[in-house]
Amino acid sequence: MQGMNQFLKLVARNALRHRLRMSLTLAGLVVAILSFGLLQTIISTWHAGIDHAVPSRLIIRNAVSLSLPLPVAYQKRIRSIEGVRSVTYVSWFGGIYKNEKNFFPQFAVDAKSYLEVHPEIRLSDEARSTFLRDRRGAIVGRNIANHFGFKAGDVIQLRSMIYPGSWEFVISGIFDFSDPNIDTSQFLFHWNYLNETLRLRSRSQADQVNFFMVDVGALDRIANVSQAIDGMFRNSAAETHTETQRAFQIGFVKQTEAILLSIRTISFVVIFIILAVMANTMAMTARERLVEYATLKAIGFGPGYVGWLILGESIVVALAGGAVAIMLTPPAAAYFGVFNSALFPSLNVSSSTMALQGAVALLVGVLAALVPMQRVASVRIVDGLRAVG
Amino acid sequence: MTTPVVSQGVGRENVFIQLRGVSKSYRRGKQIVPVLSNITFDIRRAEFLALMGPSGSGKSTLLNLIAGIDHPDHGSIEVEGENIARLGDADLADWRAANVGFIFQFYNLMPVLSALENVELPLTLTSLGRRERRERAQIALRLVGLEDRERHLPSELSGGQQQRVAIARAIVTDPTLLVADEPTGDLDRRSAEEALGIMRRLNEEMGKTIVMVTHDRRAAEHAKVIMQLEKGELSERMELRHG
Repeated sequence: MQGMNQFLKLVARNALRHRLRMSLTLAGLVVAILSFGLLQTIISTWHAGIDHAVPSRLIIRNAVSLSLPLPVAYQKRIRSIEGVRSVTYVSWFGGIYKNEKNFFPQFAVDAKSYLEVHPEIRLSDEARSTFLRDRRGAIVGRNIANHFGFKAGDVIQLRSMIYPGSWEFVISGIFDFSDPNIDTSQFLFHWNYLNETLRLRSRSQADQVNFFMVDVGALDRIANVSQAIDGMFRNSAAETHTETQRAFQIGFVKQTEAILLSIRTISFVVIFIILAVMANTMAMTARERLVEYATLKAIGFGPGYVGWLILGESIVVALAGGAVAIMLTPPAAAYFGVFNSALFPSLNVSSSTMALQGAVALLVGVLAALVPMQRVASVRIVDGLRAVG
Repeated sequence: MTTPVVSQGVGRENVFIQLRGVSKSYRRGKQIVPVLSNITFDIRRAEFLALMGPSGSGKSTLLNLIAGIDHPDHGSIEVEGENIARLGDADLADWRAANVGFIFQFYNLMPVLSALENVELPLTLTSLGRRERRERAQIALRLVGLEDRERHLPSELSGGQQQRVAIARAIVTDPTLLVADEPTGDLDRRSAEEALGIMRRLNEEMGKTIVMVTHDRRAAEHAKVIMQLEKGELSERMELRHG
């Protein structure tokens, strides 16, 4: 295109013309797109469990409520069902480290079968054998280990909000997941340690688990295996409800749907506000330069050219704000995570969130320019030349 | 020394612009205000015409119609045989880019572009390459005596210098017609004389046809012809002989 350099020069220099106004608009854009990115990150973190659920994995919980336990004795009966490859069980510990602020997910698990059902857990051979050997052993996800500075061999104490007393653990190793996008904020220890201690301290809580996890292997068996499990325990004292891991996670997230909806709404309201601010800035800018645009049209430039000047300037400003916001989002998320480690032990800003921020910035730039573009393109040259900037 | 000779029209020979029965009115609220009524006259090639008249007489409107930035309600405006009153907006923009140079009272330069870039701007509508555009812009600036100011922004130039940049921008595409709306209205006498001197040279030495609207009698005396407008009608045509 002839004169592209001149066009880009005009766009860039116009964008920097009212430095204070543009700086304030830019600051608003950065705050809005950063907030949008953070809120989207919170939402995607909330949904992470759904996204990373394994399709061939079933969760078996008490049919009445997840908070009601199931007898651990169910394991043998579940294993006997045709199509079940392996079964493990889990109890939620609900412990705090030192004080209430230091809350993170802890699970009492049947170590051997849990690691079998979860091949995605990456643990060194040494850590694995130490963990399996040590009754008080625990393995810690890398996020939690990094956050609290845990390392292999450390002895730590947790206080549970569910089970009485103080509990001592020895860190056997640090684990990762094969997919680096999965959050490693879990603390896993031996269910046997929990159960043996409960037999002494709180007999009524012993020999129970929160849920079972089954690896079915083949996806086409899921329906049959689910029905068989629930059928097996029908009319028993603790009926079961079997569902896929994904359905389980969705159900879990659904309990907080109102909160998520509020967060999502706020994130879009923030964008709408900055869109209004940006549109106002561009309208003011176009109004002030009406004489210049009319002059360009008089000397032969078409309405499209002046329209593109406004659109280009709006996009440049919006993308500049978006780029700064995108760069600031990961450190801001990390900072936010530090102060909200109980709720969000790990706030990882995904590339799709960053792409969404970029797209939103672009959209704001385009939408903000539409009305001024239309006005400038349609204004008669003689009226434009008479305008007072 | 300038000697006025009152006349009623030009001969048929060498007619460059021909206006026939041109009328224009504006809508102000519900009211229709006539500005020009049934204007008929010719402008010769290489004419330097000054349009004068009191405020509201329609001289700027007439200039806008001749320059092709406004459409008449009735009548025809033929420039070198082409009736520009019939052209659509896009064709008219192309026609202006190729044939008309504009000089405004307040210069209307792009404040973010240097003098050279301002002059180069109309050339981006042509098929010229970057180097050639730059060379032509430099020649135009040299013609108005501002070759040493090419990197200056308009805000770094005096009013007279800005108007000379605007003149350079008007002539850089080598148009046949220059239109100037109160080109000295914002200038002191010395700067005004400089700008008018350049316009006169463009007319006399390069054969540019110039149509200028002015309130200033002394500015008008630089023209070859003065036409008076009163209440939207031509009242007088006066040929000046420069001694």
